[in-house]
Amino acid sequence: MGKEMKKHPIIVCRCENVTLEDVEKAIDEGYTDLESLKRKLRIGMGPCQGRTCLPLVIRILARKLRKSPDELLIPTSRPPISPVPMKVFLAEGEDDNEE
Amino acid sequence: MPSSKKIDRRIWEHPILEFKRGKEVRFYFEGEEMKGYEGESIAVALYASGIDIFSWTEDNRPRGAFCMIGKCSSCFMVVNGIPNVRTCREPVRDGLRIERQRGLPDIPRVTRDEEGLESKTLETDFLVIGAGPAGLSAALKAAEYGLDVILVEDHFRLGGQLVKQTHKFFGSKDLFGGLRGFQIAEELSKKVSSNPKIKVFLETLAYGVFKDLTIGLASKKGHYKVKAKNILFSTGAYENYLAFPGNDLPGVMGAGGAQTLMNEYGIRPGDKVLTIGAGNVGLIVSYQLLQAGAKVKAIVEAMPQIGGWVVHAAKVRRYGIPIYTRHTIKEVWGNNRVEGATIVQVDEKWQPVPGTEKDIDCDLVIISVGLTPDTKLLAQTGAKMKWIPELGGLVALRTKYMETTVPGVFVAGDAKGIEEATTAIVEGKIAALTAVLRVLGHVDKAVEERRQLVQYLEQYRQSPLLSRSRRGIEKATIES
Repeated sequence: MGKEMKKHPIIVCRCENVTLEDVEKAIDEGYTDLESLKRKLRIGMGPCQGRTCLPLVIRILARKLRKSPDELLIPTSRPPISPVPMKVFLAEGEDDNEE
Repeated sequence: MPSSKKIDRRIWEHPILEFKRGKEVRFYFEGEEMKGYEGESIAVALYASGIDIFSWTEDNRPRGAFCMIGKCSSCFMVVNGIPNVRTCREPVRDGLRIERQRGLPDIPRVTRDEEGLESKTLETDFLVIGAGPAGLSAALKAAEYGLDVILVEDHFRLGGQLVKQTHKFFGSKDLFGGLRGFQIAEELSKKVSSNPKIKVFLETLAYGVFKDLTIGLASKKGHYKVKAKNILFSTGAYENYLAFPGNDLPGVMGAGGAQTLMNEYGIRPGDKVLTIGAGNVGLIVSYQLLQAGAKVKAIVEAMPQIGGWVVHAAKVRRYGIPIYTRHTIKEVWGNNRVEGATIVQVDEKWQPVPGTEKDIDCDLVIISVGLTPDTKLLAQTGAKMKWIPELGGLVALRTKYMETTVPGVFVAGDAKGIEEATTAIVEGKIAALTAVLRVLGHVDKAVEERRQLVQYLEQYRQSPLLSRSRRGIEKATIES
């Protein structure tokens, strides 16, 4: 059990298992905005909705493009912000009569 | 795989904390019977019994405890056949069957035992989302003036991250000076729970913003649509991640995750620790790890100087913990858990200096490189947002009365930009008083109280220690 045992990747997105190498390669290939990176790599689309990866990816992209993070367009947040069991939406109640 | 039966990471003696554990419960983890205590979450009970791996990725990488406060996805497991259950937020109970996921889980079988879920539309004067210091204070203040309040919290207890703060607060008595964070949480929670004007929804997720600012809530009891005259987003923050080889290995944990384990639940997160980041959080958590019985091997800080306050740095140095400035983590190693790490010096351009590597014998690596405000839900209201690095990233523009660009939509605490609990408490009250004025019209007492609180915050932030966040606050504040 030593440090020579196993080389580990650098993970950027824990949900979708995206590495730093994946992100940097995609940026070099021309995916130079967060929306395109999201569509190519699914960053920000896993169950944590970008809470782990996006702050990192924003800084990586800004550094690569030599821009300030506030010049980047941040992806839109949409419901649900965290996973919700489907059965919740099947709940029956007063609303069924109301609408 | 070593038997996990004999491992108990629970702390039974602590210099300042006393852990009140509930009734012993028995549950099954991958077929093996395990014990936990009422009041623990599933993830916590597993970690306490030596389970480091909560899931496997499709390509066989182990994942373990990371944020422990319902923000990341590392603790998702199959509970009683239901996949993707966030086990750090799920109370452990007798008879639960828990399994790890590997890659994407199977679609669960339809069960018929879920009857009784309700669906309701609720109306309120003031909806508060997040029951940390800002949310609790806001709910109490609004109720004091007679407003009807709904308070929503995804955890199974109130208090937010105050429950794991063990240091004594500075400042005046009316802002809880002299009390420890968890004591403040207890006091506020007790008042909130016994207040008839405040309806509390625990274990409830505010999952989305819809037409006319209707907020969707989901819980085990059902689905709720809340139409509120005013909404406060006191949704806190999440921890910044750091890129280095092995950064997803179990044993690499956010500073707050470790704090949750040891201070909220009394579980030692590791025995030998490397802390990354010498800001206040890194320093305080390192000290608390000592109190929890761990050995802190080193603290590394990439900047040329320590970011945290001298008082906190002095505390850890007294215990002989080396703080390496201009150093960063190069990599961690280990198979199913951290078994060690290499640190390295960096030059003026943040590049590693070859030949300066040092190996650190550790089983826990704490990442404390800042927090990001959790504005996922708030952003859906259409409030104008801005990237302000001094406040930790993307935040909502707001008036000094904590109202965003959307009338009746408020923000307070870390969600408005990273500061600390004292400012969160004051901001929560200011937001609540503004909501009071919107509902009741002009009320002399509320106007005067709000004026004093705003003035207090301005004075509080004059300290040179807070100059960075003060700059951020100035950038985020718009005319009221």
